[in-house]
Amino acid sequence: MDTSPQLIAVLVFLSVAVLAVPLAKRIGIGAVLGYLVAGIAIGPWGFRLINDVDEILHFSEMGVVLLLFVIGLELNPAKLWKMRKPIFGLGTAQVLITSAVLCGLLYWAGFGLSAAIIGAIGLSMSSTAMALQLMKEKGMRGDGGQSGFAVLLFQDMAVVPALALVPILAGTGGTGADWFTILSKVVGLAILVLGCRYLLRPIFRYVAASGVREVFTATALLVVLGAAVLMQQIGFSMALGTFLAGVLLAESEYQHELEVAIEPFKGLLLGLFFISVGMVLNLGVFYSHILQVLVGVCVLLLVKSVVLYGLARFFRINRSERLQFSAVLSQGGEFAFVLFAAAKSQNIFNSEQIAMLLVVVTISMMTTPILMQLVDKILARRYNPGDEPTQASDVEDDEPQVIVVGFGRFGQVIGRLLMANEIRLTVLERDVSQVSILRSYGYKVYYGDATELDLLRAAGAEKAKAIIIASDLPEETMTVVRLCQQYFPNLSILARARGRVEAHELLSAGVELFSRETFSSALDLGRKALIDLGMHPHQAYRAQQYFKRLDENMLRELVPVRQGEVQQISRVAEARRELENLFQREIQHDSKLSDAWDLDDEVQEARHEERD
Amino acid sequence: MSHLPKALVLFAHPEPKRSVANKALLKVIRNLDNVTVRDLYAYYPDFFINAHREHQLLRDHEVIIFQFPIHTYSCPALMKEWIDRVLNLQFAGSIGANELSGKRFRLVVTAGATESNYQPGGSVGYTFDDILLPFRIMAKACGMEWVDPMIIYRARRLEEDELQQHALKYAEWLSVSAEEDSE
Repeated sequence: MDTSPQLIAVLVFLSVAVLAVPLAKRIGIGAVLGYLVAGIAIGPWGFRLINDVDEILHFSEMGVVLLLFVIGLELNPAKLWKMRKPIFGLGTAQVLITSAVLCGLLYWAGFGLSAAIIGAIGLSMSSTAMALQLMKEKGMRGDGGQSGFAVLLFQDMAVVPALALVPILAGTGGTGADWFTILSKVVGLAILVLGCRYLLRPIFRYVAASGVREVFTATALLVVLGAAVLMQQIGFSMALGTFLAGVLLAESEYQHELEVAIEPFKGLLLGLFFISVGMVLNLGVFYSHILQVLVGVCVLLLVKSVVLYGLARFFRINRSERLQFSAVLSQGGEFAFVLFAAAKSQNIFNSEQIAMLLVVVTISMMTTPILMQLVDKILARRYNPGDEPTQASDVEDDEPQVIVVGFGRFGQVIGRLLMANEIRLTVLERDVSQVSILRSYGYKVYYGDATELDLLRAAGAEKAKAIIIASDLPEETMTVVRLCQQYFPNLSILARARGRVEAHELLSAGVELFSRETFSSALDLGRKALIDLGMHPHQAYRAQQYFKRLDENMLRELVPVRQGEVQQISRVAEARRELENLFQREIQHDSKLSDAWDLDDEVQEARHEERD
Repeated sequence: MSHLPKALVLFAHPEPKRSVANKALLKVIRNLDNVTVRDLYAYYPDFFINAHREHQLLRDHEVIIFQFPIHTYSCPALMKEWIDRVLNLQFAGSIGANELSGKRFRLVVTAGATESNYQPGGSVGYTFDDILLPFRIMAKACGMEWVDPMIIYRARRLEEDELQQHALKYAEWLSVSAEEDSE
C-alpha cells in the first residue's frame, strides 16, 4: 500500500518537533529557537526532507491566525478601547519612524525607491508569533508586555494599507478610488461584525446542545477560518480578521469553550509556522553574501531596538522593562514574507533583493530568543545584588531565611505572612516589572529563572532554611524541586500545587509540604455557603475541617500507581463516593459526641439497655 | 424612666441547634432592649477569639452573664478559651487594671440530669456549688459581684410551659436587677 507524501510530511514535522523542542528547552534556548533549528534541519538547505516550503509556510500562517483569535478572545471591546493610546500612539510612531530610517538605509544601499519603501515597511513589522511566545515565556505581564502587544496589534492593522500600497508603488494599481472595492470592504466588515454579534451565539447554542464535542470544535474552527478567508477576500489581513472575530466573541458565554477548542490547533500550527520559517532560511544566499547578511541583520536589529527603546522612554514605559520591550520586538516578522511576496509579484524587487531581505528577516527572528537571553543577563546583573560573602560571613545570624519562588498572587500572600512575622525573605521573580515594584517596597528580590542553579545559589539557597515554590507553572515547580533536592538538601521544600495531579507529582517526588492552590479557598467559600444555608458557623467550620482532613487522606492514599488511566479514573470516582459516605458518618458521629457527658437520665438508661 | 443597665449574655453551646432549653431561654431574652446576646460558637467557630473586641463589649455592659450547658462538669471548651484569652491580667486581673470590678456576674446553666443527681448521695456526688466554684473564684478575682446562678435541671425533658416559666423568670431578673441597681 502506498503512503501518501502528505502523511510522510506530517510524520517528519511531528518527529522533528518532538525531538527538537524538548532538547532546545533542555539546552535552555527556548522552544521557538528549537522549532526554527528543526525547520532548517528538514528544509531544502538541510536534509531536504521537505521541499515544498512556500506551500507549507502559507498553510502554517494559520497558526498566527489562530493565535490572534485566541488573543482576541481575551480582549473584550472595553479592554481594547482602553488600549487605544498605546496601540495608535506607540504603534504608529514605531512603524513610521522605523520605516523612515530603514527606507533611507535601503535606498542608500542601492534599492530602488519603491523597493526601499516596501522593504522598510515590511522590515518594520515584528513577528507577532515570535514576540508573543517570548513575552509569555519571559513572563512579561507588566507595562512592557502590554505595550509590546499594542505595537504588534497596530502592525497587524498596518499590513492592510501596506499591501494596498504595493500596486500603487508598482504603478499598476487603479486610482484607489474604486468605489466597488471600498463598498465590498465595508460590507465584508459589517458581515463579520454583525455575524459575530448576532448570528454566532444561536449557532453555538444549537451546536453545543447537540452535546457532540467534535462538532463544537469543528464549528469553532469554521468560524475562525471563515472570518480569516472573508477578511482576506476583501483585502484585509487574515490575522486581523480573526482577531476581530475573537474580540467580538470575547463576551459571549462560549468564550472559554472556544479557547479550549482552538488552543491545541493554535499550538501545533504555531510550531509548524516556526518550523517553516526555519525552512525558508536560504542558506545559499546566506553563505554567498554572508557579510552583507550579517551587516543587514545587525543594522535591522539596531535600528528597531534603538527606535523602540527611545519610544519606550518617550512613552514612559517602566525603566526596568524598556530593554525587554525593545528586544522582544526587534525582529522582522511573518508579514514581511507576505508583503515581499506581493511586491515581488509586482516586480518591485528583483529575486536577489527579496532573497537577501528574507534571509535577513529569518535570521533576525532567530536572534531574538538569543537577544532576550542577553537582556535577561543584563537585567539579572542590574537587579541582582552581587554576592556579599564578606558581609554574610562576618555577621553570623541564625534568623531563618526563606526563599520564595514567584511573587504573584499566591507568593505575595505567603510573603506578607512571613514578613509580618519577621522572617527574612528572598524573592525570585521572573517578571521585571514586578521586580522593580517589589524593590521599591524594600523586598530583597532576584530577577531571573528559578530553574537556574546559579540563581538559586546567588539567592543563598545553600544557607537558607526553606524554599517556597509559588510558581504557577507545574513544570517549573518540579524542576526547582529536583534541583533543590539534588543540590540543596538543607532546604525544606514547600510547594504550590495546581490540583490533585500536581499534588501527586509532588508527593511522589517526596515533597510533603504543599498546598493545592484553590483547595483551601474553595473550602472556605463552601463553609460560607453552609452558613448562608442556615448551618451554625461552628458546625460549618467543623464540617469544613472534616472534609479537608478526609480529602487530604484520600489524596495520599490514591497516589497513582501508573496502571492505566481508566482504572485511575474509576478509582477516583470510587474514592469520591467513599469520601461522601465517610463524611456523613463522621459528621453524625461528631454531633453525637457532644452528648458524651451530662446525659439526662432517660438517655443514659437507653444507653445502658443498648449495652446489655 | 428608670435606667436599664445593659446586660451581656455570653452564650456557649457547641450544638446550639440541638439545645432545647437554651433555645427557649434565648428566644425570650433576645427581645429585651438592654440585653446583648452573643453566641460565642457562632462568632468564633475556629476558636480564634478577638480579645480586643470582647474587652470593648465588656466595658459597654454592666451585667455579665455566662450561659451554657454543663459539659463534663464544666463549661464548653470555647467558654474556657474565652475566659483564658479575654480575662487576662491587663484587663481584669486582680493585680493592676481591673475593668470588670463592680459589674454583676451570673451563670445560667442547663444540666441534663435531675437535681437529685447533683447531691452528695447522687450519681454525681457533688452539688453545683462545688462544680461552679472555679467561676465564683474567677468572678471574685475580677472584682465582680456574684449573683446566685440560675440552674435548669433535666433541661432536655422539660415541658414547653416549664421552659417558658424559666425563660420568664430569667427575663424578669434581667429587668428587676435593673431596678435594684437603680435604687
